[in-house]
Parts: sequence; C-alpha cells; structure tokens
Amino acid sequence: MIDGLLIGSVYGLAAMGLSLIWGVMDVINLTHGAMIALGMFGMYLLFNATAVNAYFLVLPLIAAGFALGILVYWLSVNWVIDRPILMSLLSTFAVNMMVIGIGTAIWSTSPYNVNFSMPGITFGDYTFTGNHMAAASSAVVIALLLELFLRRTRTGKAIRAVADNRDAAELMGISSTRVLMIAFAIGIALAVASGALVSTLFPFTILSGAGYQLKSFVVTVLAGLGKPFGALVAGVLLGLLEGAVSPFIAVSWIPLIEFGLFVLVLIVFPRGIFGKATA
Amino acid sequence: MRRAVSVSFLLLSCLIAAGFAQQTITVGFTVSRTGALNVDSVEQYRGFELWRDTVNAAGGIKAGGKSFKIQFASYDDESNSKRVQQLYTRMILEDKADFLFSPYSSSLTATAAVVTEQNEKIMLTTGAAEEKTYKLGNQHLYQMFAPATQYLTVALDALKAKDPKASVAFVYEDASFSVAVVTPAKAYAQQLGFNVVFSEAYAPNTTDFSAIIDKVIASKATVLLGGGHYADGSTLARQLYGHKVPLKMVTLLVAPDSPQWAELGDAAVGVIVPSQWEPQSTFKAQYGPSGTEFAKAYTAKYNAPPSYESAGGYASGMVLQHAIEQAGGIDTAKVAEALNATDITTFYGRTKFSTQASEHGLQIGHAIFLAQWQKDKSGKPVKQVVWPLAGKSADLVYPMH
Repeated sequence: MIDGLLIGSVYGLAAMGLSLIWGVMDVINLTHGAMIALGMFGMYLLFNATAVNAYFLVLPLIAAGFALGILVYWLSVNWVIDRPILMSLLSTFAVNMMVIGIGTAIWSTSPYNVNFSMPGITFGDYTFTGNHMAAASSAVVIALLLELFLRRTRTGKAIRAVADNRDAAELMGISSTRVLMIAFAIGIALAVASGALVSTLFPFTILSGAGYQLKSFVVTVLAGLGKPFGALVAGVLLGLLEGAVSPFIAVSWIPLIEFGLFVLVLIVFPRGIFGKATA
Repeated sequence: MRRAVSVSFLLLSCLIAAGFAQQTITVGFTVSRTGALNVDSVEQYRGFELWRDTVNAAGGIKAGGKSFKIQFASYDDESNSKRVQQLYTRMILEDKADFLFSPYSSSLTATAAVVTEQNEKIMLTTGAAEEKTYKLGNQHLYQMFAPATQYLTVALDALKAKDPKASVAFVYEDASFSVAVVTPAKAYAQQLGFNVVFSEAYAPNTTDFSAIIDKVIASKATVLLGGGHYADGSTLARQLYGHKVPLKMVTLLVAPDSPQWAELGDAAVGVIVPSQWEPQSTFKAQYGPSGTEFAKAYTAKYNAPPSYESAGGYASGMVLQHAIEQAGGIDTAKVAEALNATDITTFYGRTKFSTQASEHGLQIGHAIFLAQWQKDKSGKPVKQVVWPLAGKSADLVYPMH
C-alpha cells in the first residue's frame, strides 16, 4: 500500500500536466509521453554530467521543460487552437513521432538507468527505498506549488479564467494566446519533471513515456478535465489501488483492474470524480 | 565459327564468375541492436564477428580444395519477431544467404526457424535454449546452447547440497524461454523436497517489481530463482537489493552473465547465473582456439571480457566451419549430414546434436554450470564458476550476503 502511495504521487504529477493542457486549452496533448521520456533522458544526462543529488536536478529540468513547452506550442499547437480537436491530436502526435524518432536515433530503444540511490527506511522485513520517498515528496511539493501558482498569482488566475470561459477572459483584457502558451509550457514542464522523477526509480527507454501517458489519461479522466490537483489525488488513488490489489492477484492483472475502473468512472461520473455536474 | 567462339567465351566467363562467387559464403542473421534484447544480442554478434575475422584472416574455410571467405548479411531486428520474419525471408531470397545463424532469444529464433525451415536452409541457433522449437519436426535447425530445462535444475542441485530445507520462490519473465525453464524447475524443486512458497510470472517490459517483491517477502522465501533477460533481470536484482529482501540465494537467467552486470555495484554481488560457458572453463579443445586464446582475442578486440552469448556465437561459427570442412563444400544436404555426425569438443565444450526424428537438432552434448558474482580482493565484482564442484574456480557463497 505504501509503495502504491509513493508511486501514485508520481503518476499524479505526470497526469497534472496532461490535465492542465486538456482543461485549459481543450487540446489532448499526445506529446505527453515523449516529454516524459525526454525528462528521463534529461535527468540521465544531467546526473552523469554533474553527479549531484538527482532530486536537485529536477529544478533545471522544469525550467528546460517550460522552454521546450513554449517551442512546441508555437510549432504545433498555436495554429490549431480553434480548429477541430482532431487537428490538435494529429499535430501533437506528429511532434511526438519526431521526438521518438530523434530519441531512438540518439539513444536507441535500449534501457538506461540513473545510478543514484538514497538510503531507505526499514520496518520489519519491508524496506521503503529513499528514492521512492524522495520522488513522491518532490511530486507532492511540485503539485502544491502549481496549485498555489494557479490560485494566488495573477497569471495563475488568468489561466483559470481562460479555462472557465476564454471569450469572457479576453473581454476582461487577458491575452488568451499568452495564457495558453504559458499553460501549455507548464503542462510540458510537469511531464518533464515527472519523467525525471520516474528515471530515479526505474530503468527507461525512449519509448517508456507511452505507458505513463496511458496512466495519465486514466488519472485525468478519473479526476475530471482541468483539475490538476484532482489529478494528483486521483494518481495517488490509482497507486493505492495497485498496492491494495497486488497481494491478491497476479501483477499482470492490474491493468485490467485499472481500466475496468476507468470504464466504471466514465459510466458513473462522466465528468470525473472531482468534476462538476453539468446544469 | 565466330558465333561459336563468342558463345564459348560467354559460357566460360559465366563459369569463371560462378567459380569466383562460390569462394564467398554468405551467412545471414539478425541482431537486436535496439530493444530489450540489445545487450545479450550484441554480445552474441561479437562472437560471430570475431569468428568471421579470424577465419578470413587465415585465408577462409578450406574445403573440397577451395577457400571460402565469410561475409555476413545482417540487419537490426529491433528485438521484434515481426521484423525477424521479414528479415530472414529477405536474407534467404534477396541476399542469397548460404547458411543462417539465429537471432538472439528463443522467441525470435522460433519465428526465424519457420522461415529457414520453409526454405530448407541450415540455421545454427545460439541464444535459443527452449526445446520446443527442436521438437516440431525441423530438419535444418541445430542448437548450440544446452537446453532450457537444465538452467535451473542445476541451481536446484547446488541448493540441495547447501540448504535442503530452503523455501523457494520463482519470479520469472512471462516469455517462452523463461516459462520453458521454470516449468520443469518447479517440478524438480518439489521432487527434491523443497517448499515452493511463491511463483509468479511478470510481463516482459516490467520495470516496477515492488508488488512482486512485497509478495516474495510475505511468502518468507529464502531463495529466489527466475528472471528472464537483461533488462528485466538487472532491474529485478537492483530492486531486490534496494528493498533489502532477506534472501540467501538469488539465481537469475541470462542477465548476470553479461559483463555489464558489474555496473549494478553491490546489487550485483552474490547473484548466480546458469551459464553455458565461462572464461574459467577448462575444456580441452580438439578444434579451434583454446578458451584462453578466445578470451584474449575477444578482450583485445572489444575491450571487454566475453560472455557465454559471445562464446556461443563464436562456437556456432566454428561448428559450421567444421561441418563445411567435413562436407567438402557448402552443399546444404552434405553440410547437414556433417552436422548430424558432429561430436566435437571446442573451447566452448562438447557439441553433439540429436538425430532422432522427434527432437532433431537438439543439443545433447553441452552442459550448464553455475557462475556467481563475488567480490575479488580489491572489492570489485567478478564472476566465479561455483558449480559443478569439479570445475569450480571458487566456493559458492551461501548465504549470498
């Protein structure tokens, strides 16, 4: 259960980026998995170059992710914002394929590791690794900072205003293009951060982001679109569910349980657990 | 008259050209240069490559009064069986490969074997220990590795000698090779009187073993046997060490044989691998180089010690070469006949293929032994042969920590 709680926080962080972009812009960002993978390789390269505590390196990677997000926004998103949703799907999928293709050419699809470990805590026969605890704590801190940013800062409030009603926000003098760009860049920065954290726990390849992207979709739908903090909570719930059921069934059955729950939530709470009911 | 001379000249040119073309043997195979099998597959490829370079440097294979230089037709299969099917067809039909080596792994080899058998081409398989493929009536497949059933039964024999009351857990990759190894091993463990307290297969791309590790701890197992290939095996060992699971013995398939295993640091130490060959092996070679000569040449070329996948690759080349020499040429039927009659000892050990119709090509001469990662005097992890006792280079460390 505790392992599930720890890894669930990282799932949650990964899903927050997807949720933010989906909720604010109505864009399903299919570069999400590729950005998670870039976060993993970013951590690998930075850690090998600097050999400092891996968790300190998450900060420069968030900054790099933000800059990358701005680039991707102008490259593939800005010109399809008000077009049918299929256009943004195709456009972000194209960027995803480019990143995966370039990444495969550079790193192949062979597994890589970030060789960093922190001492864990032992209770009886069970040991919780320091990396799991540090990754989970980092994910929660980043999520809380994002929530504070969205609630307390002028830009954060503008993002929420655009998410609620873009036309009304523009009438109030908010530049929606700038706000959408910032929201997209934050979403990418969160994906990069979650990839960087995951890379300290498990080996990864350039294709590893796809699995986390799938989990992010589940978590985002569980939480309800545009509910970043809800995504964190839903991620933790998903991790707890994995931890709770795994002693009783073979691990290979867990995806079936997760996706079963996904379908159930879609039927019972079509707008997500934390989503508001339509009037 | 002039026309007859022209035709004769043309015919002579064709014959000469054909004669020169026969001086080169094309050997086709795929390598998993990318994907999950990358580490083991590239090591196998290096064995093929070193054999080719050694043979060509010595003037080629001498058979039937001719000299045959070796050339490769080789592609990246991306660790993907669909690619294997396409590429083996291409190597046979377009590259005109005379002989084939297998890709790495039992599952990819099973796919390749369908293509090579349909085209009646000889394929020497290495890195493909699962028996099933050799029990389907194939007539052109020859297995270099000792069969999969031996991998963990040898480990259980060693465990029986050290701790007959051990509680055993099997944690293994849900792939054809690992399942083929673990299924008979479970029955053998029970036959030896061990208490099998836990058994679970995991998906081949698993990276998070936390849930399985928690179950192993809850089962109170004292010994863990299983694994699969490099990517999952190294991750499992790393996470077992990170979670400080109180195990006395960990034996994993394939992964710990790679020299890259030493990069796991302390997590590498104590882990045992069933091995097809180790540099410390002391087989007296009747044919080809000694183990020391092979290891020296390999290390000089690749700046890394050879693994058993590399040795299997080189040995495949030697066995093919021996059969071509015995057959006096590269005619498929004659070379197959020579392979059927093969019973030689090289630095890699004994090689003999079954000629029974029910298991044609199955390896019946080679045997498995156990190697364990131990710390040397400087504290560096090194691999030692620990079983069978007659061929050991160090004592088995039990419990492992």
